Amino acid sequence: MATVSLENVNKVYDNGFQAIHDLSLDINDGEFLVLVGPSGCGKSTALRMIAGLEQITSGEMRIGDRVVNEVEPKDRDIAMVFQNYALYPHMTVFDNIGFALKLAKVPKEEIEQRVRRAAEILELTTYLDRKPGQLSGGQRQRVAMGRAIVRQPAAFLMDEPLSNLDAKLRVQMRAEIASLQRNLGVTTFYVTHDQVEAMTMGDRVAVIKDGVLQQVDTPQNLYDRPENVFVAAFIGSPSMNLYEGRIGVSGDRITATIGSQTVTLSDAVAAKRPALRGYDGRQVIVGIRPEDFEDVEFAPDTPADQRLSAPVRLIEALGSEIMVHFTLDATTVDSGDPDAVEERHGDDQANAVGRFNPRSRVRAGDSISIAVATENMHFFDADSRLSIWS
Amino acid sequence: MSDIAVHTSGSGPIERIYATLRRVPTIILWLIVIVWSLPSLSVFINSWRTRDAQRSRAWWTTKPDEFTLDNYESIFNSTTSGGLGNSLLNSMAISLPATIIPISIAAFAAYGFAWIDFKGRKGLFIAVVSLLAIPLQVALIPLLQLYVNGAHLTLPWLDKTITIIPDFNLVNTTTAVWLTHTGFAMPFAIFLLHNYISSLPRDVFEAARIDGADHFTIFWRLVLPLSVPVLAAFAIFQFLWTWNDYLIANTMAGTNPDAIPTTILIANLAGDFGMNEHLLPAAAFVQAFVPLVVFFSLQRYFVRGILAGSVKG
Repeated sequence: MATVSLENVNKVYDNGFQAIHDLSLDINDGEFLVLVGPSGCGKSTALRMIAGLEQITSGEMRIGDRVVNEVEPKDRDIAMVFQNYALYPHMTVFDNIGFALKLAKVPKEEIEQRVRRAAEILELTTYLDRKPGQLSGGQRQRVAMGRAIVRQPAAFLMDEPLSNLDAKLRVQMRAEIASLQRNLGVTTFYVTHDQVEAMTMGDRVAVIKDGVLQQVDTPQNLYDRPENVFVAAFIGSPSMNLYEGRIGVSGDRITATIGSQTVTLSDAVAAKRPALRGYDGRQVIVGIRPEDFEDVEFAPDTPADQRLSAPVRLIEALGSEIMVHFTLDATTVDSGDPDAVEERHGDDQANAVGRFNPRSRVRAGDSISIAVATENMHFFDADSRLSIWS
Repeated sequence: MSDIAVHTSGSGPIERIYATLRRVPTIILWLIVIVWSLPSLSVFINSWRTRDAQRSRAWWTTKPDEFTLDNYESIFNSTTSGGLGNSLLNSMAISLPATIIPISIAAFAAYGFAWIDFKGRKGLFIAVVSLLAIPLQVALIPLLQLYVNGAHLTLPWLDKTITIIPDFNLVNTTTAVWLTHTGFAMPFAIFLLHNYISSLPRDVFEAARIDGADHFTIFWRLVLPLSVPVLAAFAIFQFLWTWNDYLIANTMAGTNPDAIPTTILIANLAGDFGMNEHLLPAAAFVQAFVPLVVFFSLQRYFVRGILAGSVKG
């Protein structure tokens, strides 16, 4: 067990493409750190550099107290779980799990004992004599985990280990991996593009985009206090609604104008974000999470100046909640997430998503009044795209 | 796309023509199978007929009571060129090393070319594979000279001769034959095995590296077991080719009865002026029997290996 730390690590490929820019990241002993980002953001490269499968162009990488820049993968005391499991197809489950021990010349009885223990933890005991081809996706995934835990390494590296599983199994394995990691207490570096995995599994989550680290924090902080527009939109599903807006300050009252409508911000906002006062009359990026929109019927206390009115375009009833898509005459802001689906409905026809109470009776085509929880609104500088705090 | 849709969805004359055309490849294939099988069938039937029967009437007019074992008896009892049994053993002594040795060398080379990063890898690989284009006929005489006289270099001004390869005097031995086969098999073997080995999933090798395997362990524990289909396919190819070879064996060992393979013995069997011609079908069938056994016992790998090497997956 050990810490893993990266200090100003860069990766430039032979063709000149820089995959990682100045990445500095510390993974504490026993911590589950998730690196999340859209496709092609360099997250797998980062993991492979820790594993030693990719050379580091510059910077320093440490596992425990040891600098491992030039250390071979096998000598780094790490175990890796691959996206497509990378099991040895011609070996039995037992031999797959025990392969590393066999190569390390561990005595036969000990291999037997350790493999059986790993198999027990992962409920693979009855499959030890089978070959990977005879196993289901979930079982193969467990064998890949077994291969990692049997070595008792200093750190686990996991490269999207759940992305080949079907949705239901993924949810189950997500919980299993997280609890396994907690029981074993092994430092874990987990890479995924799925922000739900990141939020549910990680002790801390690192968001990366185009090889640049955006923010590292606990899942809740990441959600509540995103540092920039990208993180704000990337974390949370459905993503945060982002519009071009304008701030107005008159006395104690701060207003935000989105398209042709203006809402008055509650005093809590001014207290949380004192710097917002300096933005009088200036363009900003306004972010509102779907759950901060509500059918006025279920938030009757909302003052009239904290409401928006908009026509409803589409309703998605999910039972526990209703996703209401409505149209604002504002301009949406592109968060910079290459995986995001661009929804365009002409100029000044910004789509917005609200998460309404399931009892709401709004219908597609209705023109409705929407309560905005202004104290939870996010504001970002229009140029730097950084969150406006103090 | 739209054309196809028109042809298959309609039910007019065009569709009927199209349906007929679709059967053409199958018909052609069957024709090829029949045309190519007929000679084998004729050899097989003639091998059971007397010299007179073979020379006077066509093989397809044979009646069952004409069949005789005489030809087979004659070839097994013949002492021409050391006898058939002896030549079959020689064929084995040539084909087995000429199959096993190139596979062992080529598997290592293919792994190196596919998975070990070294300077000039691509150029070297292209150089090796482009040797496929060199016809072996042009090398026969130089090789023969090399086997007999070795290779010596005389330095021009010092008047000093350096021996690079000694005079092994390998001519008229089976060694000379399989050595030549080995050399000429190498480019194709490396090419075929490289295609397969380089298409093995990279992740598996990376997992093995993290598990602590070095290149030799990866090769021995992963690459070899996973490459069995292509190794078997190449083994069959190479065995058939060396077993049936006449040219190289005749050039390198054609005059030594203790070293000649069955192919040459069969040619010699015909005798002066072809007086024993009638023995040829029986001998040819005996000669063909071994490759048939090899092929049918390994054909499962054969088909799979060819597919695996060319079409990925």
